[in-house]
Amino acid sequence: MNYIDIQQVQKKMNTRIVKNNILKYIFFISTTIGLVVLAALLIQVFTQGLSAINMDFITGRLSTEASRAGIMGAILGTFWLMVVVIPVTIVIGIGTALFLELYLKGGKIQSLIQTNISNLAGVPSIVYGILGLTIFVRAMDFGNIVLAGGLTLSLLILPIVIVAAQESIRSVPQHLMEASYGMGATKWQTIRRIILPAALPGMLTGAILAISRAIGETAPLTVIGIPALLIPFPGGIFDKFTALPMQIYYWTLDSSLVEEYANLAAATIIVLLLLLFLLNSAAIFIRNKFQHRY
Amino acid sequence: MTSHSQTKKQKLSVREMIDHKKNTKSLSTITEKLVPIILFLFALISILTTVGIIYTLLNETIEFFKQVPIIDFFTGTVLKPLSQNPEFGILPLINGTILSSLIAMLVAGPIGIMAAIYLSEYASDRVRRVLKPMLEVLAGIPTIVYGFFAFTFVTPILRSIWPSIDATNILSPGIVMGVMIIPMIASLSEDAMSSVPNSMREGAFALGATRLESTFKVVIPAALSGIIASFILGISRAIGETMIVTIASGSSKNFTFDITESMQTMTAYIVEVAGGEAPAGSTIYFSLYAVAMTLFVFTLIMNLLARYVSRKFREEY
Repeated sequence: MNYIDIQQVQKKMNTRIVKNNILKYIFFISTTIGLVVLAALLIQVFTQGLSAINMDFITGRLSTEASRAGIMGAILGTFWLMVVVIPVTIVIGIGTALFLELYLKGGKIQSLIQTNISNLAGVPSIVYGILGLTIFVRAMDFGNIVLAGGLTLSLLILPIVIVAAQESIRSVPQHLMEASYGMGATKWQTIRRIILPAALPGMLTGAILAISRAIGETAPLTVIGIPALLIPFPGGIFDKFTALPMQIYYWTLDSSLVEEYANLAAATIIVLLLLLFLLNSAAIFIRNKFQHRY
Repeated sequence: MTSHSQTKKQKLSVREMIDHKKNTKSLSTITEKLVPIILFLFALISILTTVGIIYTLLNETIEFFKQVPIIDFFTGTVLKPLSQNPEFGILPLINGTILSSLIAMLVAGPIGIMAAIYLSEYASDRVRRVLKPMLEVLAGIPTIVYGFFAFTFVTPILRSIWPSIDATNILSPGIVMGVMIIPMIASLSEDAMSSVPNSMREGAFALGATRLESTFKVVIPAALSGIIASFILGISRAIGETMIVTIASGSSKNFTFDITESMQTMTAYIVEVAGGEAPAGSTIYFSLYAVAMTLFVFTLIMNLLARYVSRKFREEY
């Protein structure tokens, strides 16, 4: 007596297998859609921008005349922003992570600060712009200078830096710390000589990725109020400035009036993407070269 | 004999040495006490940031509601901040925000989850190790670049297919925003699906399921909380996204459901008003904060909801 009708099963099995195979390819195609768009984006940017890139464009000053415009001012603005952002985020980010992981482990206060940090990471960047406008530009009366923009961007990426630093502190094995305490080292000595050296590559990788996010960030700067056509180069953190993404923004907006501006925007995007590519490569290099595996 | 007394003198117990060290106010004891205080001050900055955001938003929003009744603000369908008789209804902005996020999620949701299924269930280890970092490049591209792409590439293509579409419209930034969110949904959902134990898949295979059936009947139900959380986070990201919509959707404050028209989102309104250097103290200036407050509350609810869903409904194995 047959409990299972083999023919029925085989008839059904075929459609099930075919369905599986067809959907497998649909899933694969979905995965590649993002990559296709990425390719289209890069091709579009490069075909439009490469013609506009030359030495004069890189080293020149901004101008309303598309053929004479250069982006040295924006490059310097981004550079000075980073002069503010890098030390502020690295010191505060790593400091906060050390405090949370090593001095405040467990307890209500830690979970309070932790929840707070993960909520901050989800706040839209434009809201940070409003905070910067209200506190740094108006209340502290800095005006729209590099320092105000840099501090705003620092607050924006701090949660990312803190979380990355916390993870790399946690990955330092417990027995290293215990050995250090066992030798009679104090807490700070253990942190400075054992934990920081072991966790630093991971911390720096996270910090570089966060900093590259800050470099491409536009929304907070638009709120702070960056002049559209700033001719003088910024010479320090107390000068007015423009930055690479701001310049892309203004040129893209005005490309409906002057067509060549679209090429300038594309050329500026190439410069920005190259910069981000270099930073990300540096992060990957540091991770692979210095990361300890315990 | 002298040497004997000297060694006797040095024979302090360890306990005494520790006490001796504790009592001397050396530099190192001072740093031991100072370091936690300094580090605490650093940690305080993140708390102060939250307090600062809430305080500034709340303060100026209250000021705004003294000039514009709160009911008019939340039920008004007309937003004319610059006219002679200004009207401040936020509904056109909320409408634009929801429509653009909806379009983005219609793109990112299905594609993101299908990519997650492929990466977690079908792809070999080698393929995954190539595809995943490439997808993550998408997440690393600055949003302003996506804005440029939407404006100069996607909109012209849409207009060649569908000539009646406006030069600035909500459809094109919605689509591009969706592409931007794909890696986020794909990677979070993939994490959720990868953490489903293999024994459950093998159980399904042993019962004769194909890979597709094990995916839809076993893996996805088990990973559902993580997948839903990734969707909510995607929506939150879309709501807060600024540059793509600012560039590609223009600034007309239409209250319409026609996605071929130009619309403004909450974020784009903030950019427009703040960039226009509204004089401090004017109603327009305060409206900036009321809109930002609404935006902040929207995204905060989404983020809390995502965390709640992934905690509450997580299946533990």
